[in-house]
Amino acid sequence: MTQFAPIFSALRRHRLATALIALEIALACAVLCNACFLIVEQLRALHIDSGVAESSLAVINLGCDGCKGADLNARVTTALRAVPGVQSVAVVNAVPFAQPTGYAGINLDHEHFIAVPHFYAGGPGAVETLGLQLVAGRAFQPEDFQTAELWLPQNPSVWITRAFAERLWPGQDPLGKEFFSDQHHFRVIGVMAHLTPPDPGGGHGDSAGEWSVFVPVNPGASLNGVYALRANPGDLPRVLREARDAAQKAAPEAVLDLQQSRTVPELRSDFFRQTRIMVGTLAGVIVALLLVTALGIVGLASFWVQQRRKQIGIRRAIGATRGDILHYFQAENFLIVTVGIAIGMVLTFALNLVLMKFYEVPRLPVYYLPVGALVLWGLGQLAVLAPALRASQVPPMVATRSV
Amino acid sequence: MLGYYFDLALRSLRRNKMLTALMVVAIALGIGASMTTLTVLHVLSGDPLPGTSSTLFYPQVDPRDMDGYEEGKRPPEQVSWVDGMNLLRAKRADRQALMTGGAVPVQPAQSNIDPFFSDARYTSSDFFPMFKVPFLYGRPWSESEDGAKARVVVISRTLNEKLFGGKDSVGQTLRMKDTAFQVVGVIDLWRPSPRFYDLNMDSYGSLEDVFVPLSTARDVHFEHSGSTDCWGTGGGDEEHAETSPCVWLQFWVQINDSGKVAAYRDYLVHYSQEQKALGRFQRPPNAQLPGLMEWLDINKVVPGDVRLQTWLALGFLLVCLVNTVGLMLAKFLRRAGELGVRRALGASKREVFAQLLVESGVIGLAGGFFGLLLAFVGLWLVRKQPSSYAALAHMSSGMLLVTFLLAVGATLLAGLLPAWRACQITPALQLKSQ
Repeated sequence: MTQFAPIFSALRRHRLATALIALEIALACAVLCNACFLIVEQLRALHIDSGVAESSLAVINLGCDGCKGADLNARVTTALRAVPGVQSVAVVNAVPFAQPTGYAGINLDHEHFIAVPHFYAGGPGAVETLGLQLVAGRAFQPEDFQTAELWLPQNPSVWITRAFAERLWPGQDPLGKEFFSDQHHFRVIGVMAHLTPPDPGGGHGDSAGEWSVFVPVNPGASLNGVYALRANPGDLPRVLREARDAAQKAAPEAVLDLQQSRTVPELRSDFFRQTRIMVGTLAGVIVALLLVTALGIVGLASFWVQQRRKQIGIRRAIGATRGDILHYFQAENFLIVTVGIAIGMVLTFALNLVLMKFYEVPRLPVYYLPVGALVLWGLGQLAVLAPALRASQVPPMVATRSV
Repeated sequence: MLGYYFDLALRSLRRNKMLTALMVVAIALGIGASMTTLTVLHVLSGDPLPGTSSTLFYPQVDPRDMDGYEEGKRPPEQVSWVDGMNLLRAKRADRQALMTGGAVPVQPAQSNIDPFFSDARYTSSDFFPMFKVPFLYGRPWSESEDGAKARVVVISRTLNEKLFGGKDSVGQTLRMKDTAFQVVGVIDLWRPSPRFYDLNMDSYGSLEDVFVPLSTARDVHFEHSGSTDCWGTGGGDEEHAETSPCVWLQFWVQINDSGKVAAYRDYLVHYSQEQKALGRFQRPPNAQLPGLMEWLDINKVVPGDVRLQTWLALGFLLVCLVNTVGLMLAKFLRRAGELGVRRALGASKREVFAQLLVESGVIGLAGGFFGLLLAFVGLWLVRKQPSSYAALAHMSSGMLLVTFLLAVGATLLAGLLPAWRACQITPALQLKSQ
């Protein structure tokens, strides 16, 4: 501690420069913590579990509004099954990361809307083709597949995700419970581990975005045109290519939607492209910020060393070792950075509050602060090393010269 | 005198290349990042129709039932078929257009092009003159063709190139959804950004390829896409879209005389009262008439990501500036001896101050120049992105000027404190220690 006393008195004589470095560290701390936090949030979105067997799934999307549903489905599914490598085919209305088609508001009492989940509709075999994981309840029986007059059947038995069950009936067993939407009445018979809406985080659910319902429907007039295919992951690109041709040939009157007829990994990659760019931008800002801050410290520390050559010489002449001089500058930097971090913590929370207000960012977890502090201490020590080493090289002879 | 200071500044900057380089790099990084994001923000929040936008308005009425009524909430973002048609036929504004979006299957006559979906706009005829849409060939359809549900189509230049090799295709036939349409016009390159007239679509996407009269589109059952918002017992199915209690159309009016805007708003209130008297509307009249730019503001069209990036970049610039203040302080104080001599020889504090500010200005200019280069690189990177607005990210001459002003202004600001501090040097003390 005795070491700090001369540092304090020296810093008191350079209040402005000290304050500037501290301020710079504080700003860096605020931007660094928040930018890191945003990156982590985006990465979490990037790694969301869609709940389907993505790597072996592809989708064929046909637009055909004048076509007879049943006939189209029969022709296309037969053609798709004939493609070598296809393990199973099912009629669905959407898959994760494709176009959302089934958002609808629901209620528990015919009156108060509570949430807007995405309704997936699928024909027989859709559960197996998509690879949905049931964690509670029972599998669908053939009689569960009803024909829909509107876009969904009137009284279907459905599966919902665990996250959505928790939203509707917190802490209760959702099996056997009911909910409503318009004229439809749904009974929950199964709970899925995961199934994200096609556009997770698209503004209809919370940020985890797992509010989905799976409805068994007989393919027909209301359910046609979108087909999920399952194949070996390695085979998928070729299978998709051949499936596109087969579908077009089987339904010449329909228009193949090339944008939407893709493998699910491709759709996912497209869906998250913007997020990946955002992560890159944030990482770039962080690196540039640390670089600039370090350069600033190097510049000011060099200036101080130069300015104090004479004092350093005198200290060396009256017995200070090189290590003492080195440690002096390191301790000085440590002190300033600590003050900067202290101010920076306040700024970090202020910035986080602003972001929470305008950008729906969650609250910053407290453990970011010690980690940010460690990084900045490390950065400060690294930046001051070169000037401090130069200072320790000042020969005691300097003391005897008059500048 | 300024020339002399300039010369002094250059000499001084050359003397300590390392420190100068550090300052210039810091400024350049800050300016480069801020200008990249500011340019994108500027482009995205720009006026889609300069010169015309002030005459365009987006009327809103509230046809919903009392369920979920809250006073002071904005009316729905679109209009229903009945209201749209009523307002369209009333012709109370100089021009008015009712429209919605969709996608149509295009079946080319050529066998070598597979059928494909094109984004389409179904609209009444005033769309084209009202939004000053430029025509490459032909003309828009007329109001009478609107009424007659004529099978006419206006296509984009892109589609014209794809299907007709870029030749004048007026009079040609285009098959869409098994119906033959006659091409009456080809739109020249036109890309209002944001695509203000229908914010349900990608706001910065490219123009639709197909334009057909709204009445025709309904007649041949072209599918509508975009948002459909229903209340009460509304089901929102396509067949009964004319009568169901749903809003799914956009209605725009052009009012050239700004004095008549209030009159139109009054008309909307009267209309709402009249509809309430008829029993169609249930809520108290809630009519709004935002202008185009106001409408874009209300809907926050600029992507949140872009705003966030701009704030980040400005925060970064701030760090860079604080950094520069520190470095300049070091630089100026190191020259205390020299400044002491100048002061002793008769230079006033003000003159020394001016000299040091010129020096910071020079650093700002250099930082601005390199920052500009970085901004060009940054914008090039932005254009590599897949988002629909990426292609719009170009530096304009205005932003070029702003870059230099920002760089020099920010650096001068950063120089104020160190320069003031350096002026406080007592000449006698400095001379003595020499």
